Amino acid sequence: MELPLDYPTLRLIWWGLLGVLLIGFAVTDGYDMGVGALLPFVARTDEERRMVINTVGATWEGNQVWFITGGASIFAAWPLVYGVSFSGFYLAIFAVLVAMILRPVGFKYRSKRPDPRWRTFWDWALFTGSFVPVLVFGVAVGNVLQGAPFKLDGDLRATYHGAFFGLFTPFTLVCGLLSVAMLVLHGAAWLGIKAEEGVVGDRARRFGAGAGIATLALFLVGGLLATRLGFRIEGAFDPAAPSNPLRTATVAAPGAWFDNFGRHPWMLVAPLMGFGGAILALAGLWRRSAVLAFGGSSASAAGIVATVGLSMFPFILPSTIDPRSSLTVWNASSSHLTLFIMLIVVAVLMPVVLLYTAWVFKVLWGRTSTAALKTDPALY
Amino acid sequence: MDPAVVDLSRLQFALTALYHFLFVPLTLGLSFMLVIMESVYVMTKRPIWRTTTRFWGTLFGINFVLGVATGLTMEFQFGMNWSYYSHYVGDIFGAPLAIEGLMAFFLEATFVGLMFFGWDRLKPVQHLLVTFLVALGTNLSALWILVANGWMQNPVGAAFNPDTLRMEVTDFRAVLFNPVAQAKFVHTVSAGYTIAAVFVLGVSAFYLLKGRYVSVAKRSLTVAAAFGLASSLSVVVLGDESGYALTDNQKMKLAALEAMWETEPAPAGLTAFGIPSLADRKTHAEIKIPYVLGLIATRSLDRPVAGIFELVAQAQTRIESGVVAYDALEKLKANPQDLAARGVFETHRRDLGYALLLKRHVADPRQADLALIQKTAWDTVPNVPVMFWSFRIMAGVGFLMIALFATAFVLVTLRRHDTRWFLMLAVAAIPLPWISTELGWVLAEVGRQPWAVEGVLPTFLAPSSLSVPQILTSIVVFTLLYGALAVVEVGLILRTIKKGPFAEQEAFPAGQAAPAGEAVA
Repeated sequence: MELPLDYPTLRLIWWGLLGVLLIGFAVTDGYDMGVGALLPFVARTDEERRMVINTVGATWEGNQVWFITGGASIFAAWPLVYGVSFSGFYLAIFAVLVAMILRPVGFKYRSKRPDPRWRTFWDWALFTGSFVPVLVFGVAVGNVLQGAPFKLDGDLRATYHGAFFGLFTPFTLVCGLLSVAMLVLHGAAWLGIKAEEGVVGDRARRFGAGAGIATLALFLVGGLLATRLGFRIEGAFDPAAPSNPLRTATVAAPGAWFDNFGRHPWMLVAPLMGFGGAILALAGLWRRSAVLAFGGSSASAAGIVATVGLSMFPFILPSTIDPRSSLTVWNASSSHLTLFIMLIVVAVLMPVVLLYTAWVFKVLWGRTSTAALKTDPALY
Repeated sequence: MDPAVVDLSRLQFALTALYHFLFVPLTLGLSFMLVIMESVYVMTKRPIWRTTTRFWGTLFGINFVLGVATGLTMEFQFGMNWSYYSHYVGDIFGAPLAIEGLMAFFLEATFVGLMFFGWDRLKPVQHLLVTFLVALGTNLSALWILVANGWMQNPVGAAFNPDTLRMEVTDFRAVLFNPVAQAKFVHTVSAGYTIAAVFVLGVSAFYLLKGRYVSVAKRSLTVAAAFGLASSLSVVVLGDESGYALTDNQKMKLAALEAMWETEPAPAGLTAFGIPSLADRKTHAEIKIPYVLGLIATRSLDRPVAGIFELVAQAQTRIESGVVAYDALEKLKANPQDLAARGVFETHRRDLGYALLLKRHVADPRQADLALIQKTAWDTVPNVPVMFWSFRIMAGVGFLMIALFATAFVLVTLRRHDTRWFLMLAVAAIPLPWISTELGWVLAEVGRQPWAVEGVLPTFLAPSSLSVPQILTSIVVFTLLYGALAVVEVGLILRTIKKGPFAEQEAFPAGQAAPAGEAVA
């Protein structure tokens, strides 16, 4: 069967969609996680904490589906990437999983009993469920940029030759902290939109300002450290070739992560958004403009995620120990037919999802207040 | 592969999947029962139905979050613990999971918040629509998961690609309309509806026994009786459909759950009781009901049902053919341009998986002699006693459920809500359908062994190359975490039941939750 889109184009589109899903996750679930990480610090009393929890209580679940769908899309469109990364970073991903299991439970169960110890326990569960995944995702992205020590054998079975603590290097820690800073800024900006004005909002602005400055600094430091990293594909390759990494060769090339920006200067929009968005967010926090702050923090998160993707293109997961195992856009995708069918599915369903999500946010619009906690039995 | 890694990976998957499925079926069924109760509220505008809906909605919420939380594990786990599987079949298997996210998870997760928080922000009809969309989302999610699982049982519409060394989609429509997936979907959601009906029936019966919250309990009991009768009938009838699908697609599974060693001449009899022995390769003390299996499995009186010995002989032929495919594949790996090898591979491609079975005993399947091939052919037989007993307990509970709901339906119709012996029975019956559904999954998954994907990929080749300490760590932490969450969940459910349906209104007398004129009955 002749498909209307050729294989290289579909691979490119699916690489872009992967980016869209990751940015969707960072921009939507990102603020929920930022709010969770801020919870014990910006809200001190039970009433304040309930108010903060309810700023995301009704919508975090839908936002988290960006993450779930992102994971499933990697499985469907980039099966080798999914298998190699999830098994290679086993204990790190496991830590994320445990933390994220605590989150839905924390939201739902915290308000079921008035006992202060019960509630404090779930407050910290919510903190863990937000902070740990954000930190580990950043560390994981750092490891992807560095390349991972994995090898594919003749049957394309992956073996990983690194230890858990090997995941943490100065560079990957900078990436982890950048991820935390960027989403704490985003969470603080969300509280500016959704939380009632007052002491909690003031604290959130202070934490947000710190996180905004840290975002700028860590993004810069990460960029400087990344000048020592990079890979290149060696020799000629066919972007329509069957997905088999063993048939391409790659080589470590320090500095190569900056090549794309030289070749395609328009790509510089991404890092500029990363910096510019954070600056706008800081201005918004300063001038008490919630919209400017949230718009800025969204742009910053999107720009930072896009910077990583664009700088690595066409690499998705390079191998540090075997030049024939690196996974790229051209050698690790699903089949032509699967990519095409899944594109149609996304094209049909994504607009519907966006439409009803917008409606739900419209219905739930408005600030949460401590006063409402006394009258609305549905609130957490 | 290290056998310990294989066993531990399987143990972890079994533990987390069975645990996940404690919560899922209640979500599947209770969501639609909420739709029914809320529909009555919207039609009659009587506040008691709103109170009833919100009460069961609270219990739904406590259960729902654990389904969500433990579902995350299921999705991560394929990549974490089954990375070779993910590579080998991701081209087909990943698609339904991604569609599940887009079509089902977004729907249920986006609207579930509004379902709990939107009572005062939406018109009653709008809120009913939201509740319905949550129910639709959860059930669509089951559809896509069972399309994925159905493909593992009956891998249609796909072929091995020697260039990419994995299975790839050839016909997506066949994957979608896989008869095994369709039969499994309706059977599984009906089981979920039955679980929810038993839960509502049991809790309502408890209230009626104690004489508390009678107004809510009587109404709930009525809804549960009708809903439960329909779903328990359909779970058995559609389970029979599942069995019929097996005869074409998974003959070995059917033979194993019947412990049927020899091919039965038509019309085959059903073994009601027996003691299957793996060592003797026969079933002792059999009691057979004539004709019944032939009718169930072939819908005829003149077609035989294949037994284990015959199926093992067929497996042996396929292993021999698979070795030819394996040899051709090795040549293709060395030289993708080898057209002769490609031709041979095409001819024997569908048996490649059978050659892989030999890898449990020998590194290169081409080195296997006839004795080893014969021995390996017996590897295709799943654990017969486990299958035999799981099936009988599962089906037995299924028939008990029909009896329970038929009785409930008659009593409710006669307005005999106060029949004490029945109410006590209804409370005692609460755990039964859970046992039945868990055994249903044991049957489906143990019955597929030794395959991760029937005839395509043996389970022992599918795991990630992890170390034993890594998997032990995750199993221990999962066990502790899941155990603790189960205690907390059951505690909260009991607490909510104890506080009763009017607790919310008592706590918020001024709020919208207490419509005027509503009295505690």
